[in-house]
Amino acid sequence: MSLLPFFQWCYQTPIGETIRDSTWLFPVIEAFHLLGLGVTAGAVLIVDLRLLGVGLRKQPVAQLAAGAEPWLLGSLTLMFASGFPLFLSESIKCYYSLPFWVKMTSLLLAVLFTFTVRRRVTRTELTSARPLLGRFTALISIGLWFGVAWGGRWIGFS
Amino acid sequence: MSPLAFFGWLADSSWSVDLHESQYAYSIIESIHVWTMAVFFGSVVMFDLRLLGLTLRKVPASEVLDRLLPLTIAAFVIMVISGTLLFYAIPLRSYQNIFFRFKMLLLLLAGLNVWIFHSRVYPKVVGRDAEGAPSRAAKLAGGLSLAIWIGVIFSGRMIAYNWFDCDRQPQPDIVNFLTSCAATESGQ
Repeated sequence: MSLLPFFQWCYQTPIGETIRDSTWLFPVIEAFHLLGLGVTAGAVLIVDLRLLGVGLRKQPVAQLAAGAEPWLLGSLTLMFASGFPLFLSESIKCYYSLPFWVKMTSLLLAVLFTFTVRRRVTRTELTSARPLLGRFTALISIGLWFGVAWGGRWIGFS
Repeated sequence: MSPLAFFGWLADSSWSVDLHESQYAYSIIESIHVWTMAVFFGSVVMFDLRLLGLTLRKVPASEVLDRLLPLTIAAFVIMVISGTLLFYAIPLRSYQNIFFRFKMLLLLLAGLNVWIFHSRVYPKVVGRDAEGAPSRAAKLAGGLSLAIWIGVIFSGRMIAYNWFDCDRQPQPDIVNFLTSCAATESGQ
């Protein structure tokens, strides 16, 4: 089964068409998408760096993670809300873009990992007893999110 | 030599042309610029939100700053280097780009905000660390910083678009004035 018909259908939606017909909409929505990217990176890194033992060592991981999570969820919402219309406006290009598929795969894995394994590791104080576990979690998290950022940037170059 | 002539000369220099016409170098440098922006803006946002009292309230603001600042500075240095290279690849067009000019102006404001914050506001923030609640000055500095950096990202993103470029005439007189297009032949 090919997903192409679905992507073609997305391309024809009124939202996609409106964005394509406008000079300003795409850049402005994308600027919001970039803002969301920055906030996501901050909310992810402040916890991952703590797990790696780089910063905020005096604070319990659970406390940092709890503080950062609303901002992670908020910025991810902004990313989806801005990214989806962008996708609708150029869905056929995305279908043929390798970076797009890298991004979506990394995104799926990153979200799954963040809200299952990483959440469990940060909430249950498993890290103080086993720092190696925390470090692995942080590296996987950073790696997956970087995959999302790499794919996202390179969709624009292809 | 006028700035216009200087950047025109720079645009014709061989390294600038090489960078502009390279297949991968420009894209890679631009990617580095965007990724480091995410790290930089992310750490700035987390600190500003702390100043505003919107996150990590139990962690003293001074400690959030101490831990984030090395990351913020490292990311900023990489952004300046990669940004300078991006400018060097397309100097004349960037110099005359209205969004580029606006971005540089905002960067000056951001620098001013950082300077005032660290010399005037921050010492008081440290003094009040135990109280938890941020002072009004701290909130103002945090809010201002957020607004300025959001403006920097917006205008930075828009540099890529040629809506107000000199070779797209006619433009309103004010646009040609702000982009120094009136001084070139395309402004006629």
